[in-house]
Amino acid sequence: MTAVDRPVMQKKDYKTDQEVRWCPGCGDYSILNAVQGAFAKLGKQLHETVIISGIGCSSRFPYYMETYGFHTIHGRAPALATGVKASNPALDVWVVTGDGDAMSIGGNHFIHAMRRNVGLKILMFNNRIYGLTKGQFSPTSEQGKVTKSSPLGTVDYPFSPIALSLGAGGTFVARGVDILGPHLEDMVCRASAHAGTAVVEIYQNCNIFNDGAYKGFTDKEVRDARLLFLQHGQPLLFGANKDQGLAFDANFRPCLVSGGDLGKAYVWDETAESPAPAMALATMSESEFPVPVGVFRRRDKPTFEDGLQAQIAAAKAKKQESLRDLLYAGEIWDVG
Amino acid sequence: MAVHDKHLQDLDQAVIRFAGDSGDGMQLTGDQFTRTTALMGNDIATFPDFPAEIRAPAGTLPGVSAFQLRFSSFDIHTPGDAPDVLVAMNPAALKVHLKELKRDGILLLNTASFSALDLKKAKYDKDPRTDGSLSGYRTIEVDLEARTQEALANSPLDNRARGRCKNMYALGILYWMFHRDPAPTEKAIAQKFGKKPDLVAANLAAMRAGFAYAETTEVFQTAYRVPPAPMKPGTYRNIMGNQALCLGLVAGAQKAGLQLFLGSYPITPASDILHQLSGYKHHGVVTFQAEDEIAAVCAAIGASYSGCLGITSTSGPGIALKSEAMGLAVMAELPLIVIDVQRAGPSTGMPTKTQQADLLQVMYGRNGESPVCVLAASTPADAFEVGFEAVRIATKYMAPVVVLSDGYIANGSEPWLLPDPDALPAIPVAFAPAGEPGVKFMPYARDPATLARPWARPGTKGLVHRIGGLEKADVTGNICYEPDNHQHMVDTRAQKIANIAADLPPLQTFGPRHGDVLVLGWGSPRGAITAATLRLQQKGLQVSCAFLRHLNPLPNDLGELMKGFRRVVLPELNKGQLAMMLRSKYLVDVQSHSQVNGQPFKSHDIERHLLKVFAELGVEVSQ
Repeated sequence: MTAVDRPVMQKKDYKTDQEVRWCPGCGDYSILNAVQGAFAKLGKQLHETVIISGIGCSSRFPYYMETYGFHTIHGRAPALATGVKASNPALDVWVVTGDGDAMSIGGNHFIHAMRRNVGLKILMFNNRIYGLTKGQFSPTSEQGKVTKSSPLGTVDYPFSPIALSLGAGGTFVARGVDILGPHLEDMVCRASAHAGTAVVEIYQNCNIFNDGAYKGFTDKEVRDARLLFLQHGQPLLFGANKDQGLAFDANFRPCLVSGGDLGKAYVWDETAESPAPAMALATMSESEFPVPVGVFRRRDKPTFEDGLQAQIAAAKAKKQESLRDLLYAGEIWDVG
Repeated sequence: MAVHDKHLQDLDQAVIRFAGDSGDGMQLTGDQFTRTTALMGNDIATFPDFPAEIRAPAGTLPGVSAFQLRFSSFDIHTPGDAPDVLVAMNPAALKVHLKELKRDGILLLNTASFSALDLKKAKYDKDPRTDGSLSGYRTIEVDLEARTQEALANSPLDNRARGRCKNMYALGILYWMFHRDPAPTEKAIAQKFGKKPDLVAANLAAMRAGFAYAETTEVFQTAYRVPPAPMKPGTYRNIMGNQALCLGLVAGAQKAGLQLFLGSYPITPASDILHQLSGYKHHGVVTFQAEDEIAAVCAAIGASYSGCLGITSTSGPGIALKSEAMGLAVMAELPLIVIDVQRAGPSTGMPTKTQQADLLQVMYGRNGESPVCVLAASTPADAFEVGFEAVRIATKYMAPVVVLSDGYIANGSEPWLLPDPDALPAIPVAFAPAGEPGVKFMPYARDPATLARPWARPGTKGLVHRIGGLEKADVTGNICYEPDNHQHMVDTRAQKIANIAADLPPLQTFGPRHGDVLVLGWGSPRGAITAATLRLQQKGLQVSCAFLRHLNPLPNDLGELMKGFRRVVLPELNKGQLAMMLRSKYLVDVQSHSQVNGQPFKSHDIERHLLKVFAELGVEVSQ
């Protein structure tokens, strides 16, 4: 995309005349801000951009973006967006969804979008709770969580959305945090640059029903010690002085290294063919290990829409047929 | 083909049923006879009746697959009730189908597999050939297996593969019996198995041997000739319902200048629509085999949203899954075509058997007040026009249109008088033009005549807007929960669908627009109703029939038409669904004639029922 003839965009250009109706203090506000910042930086034109959502607090997002927007039904945004992208690959198609929408009721569409590598940019707001229906546990809630629908604590085990995405063949899988604005903006920009399906899981605080869900590793005081920023080509280091590292043992189990062993820290390759290192990071214990944020995986792979359009172009080049020829085909005969 | 020294008798029609094991190739055999017969200028109607199982255990009753066809020298409306000729390839086929063969009908019975085990599998206690079961029929016993093996003695194929050609041997016999030219089949077989010359040779040799066998042996004394039917001049093609529907949709999309996008998930008996449209990529058709029924309809809605013609195809269980998304299309006011090839339900039901019991589901099976247009195809060829009409309505009114077909139409076939593609009407579609800078686009500003909202394609400058499933203010499209607005929007969406009736031509009737009995129909019973009505008219009874292509909205003149008759009778393959709709809308005492056994109506059953109605009315019927 060149800047020639394309108006320079500012954050405010994406704001709509609609009153934003998330609860005061909701993490969604900072995500909206980061997305508008990223879109302005990328010079996204309003009319070329489509934002499609499902149901839930996050899915109100399209109403607050001055682009084309479609607020659809619960869980189905990736399916509808696939129809949009397949019909018009020139459009810049974004899906905004949440952990209930994408991991639960719409899990099937979420994984199949990745299997096909449709050029959708999926922003999945994960607050580990159902917000719009007022506080039931979600498929990413930690086991034992006490909620309105689990007064004795949940029995369910949670999904790791990153692991699920990797398992479904996701070609761009990343994680950001609502309150880490610049980093999140960068994740959005990098997702935008990816040709196939890009998934960004965004840790988002629901201050009403699950306040402080990520406090233990995102608060300013603990952030340096508890967050592991993945950087392509760099060793996995964390801590205020980058004096701790993450390595893998012979069985590919993660382990912490420091001091003289710091050099054993694993050098991160987001383009690695094997998803195993990314999977190991996505599934390691949140309490024992630092929490990774950044790009877990980025692989180039032909997209669904390109494959589809190529087939059509090839078929058209190979066979031209009028409507008459189509109808008057096979064994035909004349009477009278 | 010469018929030496044998009697040649003219018939005006014949009904043949091929019945055998699922693996016996009965559908292929029936299809070949149909193509040949169509090319010979007869009117023809077919009814394939096969099990849902791909290969039920060989020789068992559930594994029996049948194909009935009727051909004639006059205009026919149904594949016939009882067959004149039954070809039974094994005891199970005999057991299932013999009871339907006409008395004195011809039974061509393959005697190759009548061992005790074969009889047991077919649940025969005694050999039906010797216990009198076959008396009253003109039975011709042929060991098709042995004859075929003999005929293919020099074939390099193994025994098993040779044996599988026995359907072609049977076809050869039938071709002789009915004076058919085997040339089209020779050509078709050569095409079908072109890459396997041994297979082509064996199939053709078996067919020719069957033909020669019938010609030379004394068991076949008579051959029959059914002269061509006087059909309307024009060019014809034999067509199945699913095929015709696809062609109607493609033609409609082309006349509207739209790219066709089909989102679909495989389901019997609708899958052939996905198969066929996926072969039309050279016409720009996009097909998307989705992960499930819901994704299929949602992708189609997404395609319509971005300016394509979004279509989804399924059967009844799939409609249940798509219902929420259909409601979204109602709310978003986007064109969408939903094809429901109905099958016997509820639940999984009987996937390969026919029924018309999804009408109320597509009419009312969504949350809230969620009106959609509903059309029904009534014959295989009619499906072309209905597909085309669906495109016209969906795009003109920016609304979902449901097309009801059923298994009987989908897989049945008939000669189709091909339309002149240049004479098909254009379907004008105008996308909203780019907006002026500083002017806010109003996504729900309506055309005053149709109430359709503008179709604004993403990618167009100056038209950015948001839509969705939440209630919105008219004109602006902003979310709105105001009581008066919701009332207005519910009323508006209903009125928009009601407005479609203004486009509809007056109903056509077979017979006068007044009399004793009006038989109304929709969908596949059309043929059986027409045949029954015409026979009663010939008996001098005041009976007319009319058929509804548009079920929502109903044609404006329907109420008036019903008032012209003492009784209105409505045969349908459900428990009286359209009858219920008509009774509630018009307060007319529509009498339902219901059949829900997975089979199409037989015209004689309808005739018998109508005679009872006349008796109730005190009308004397001359026999």
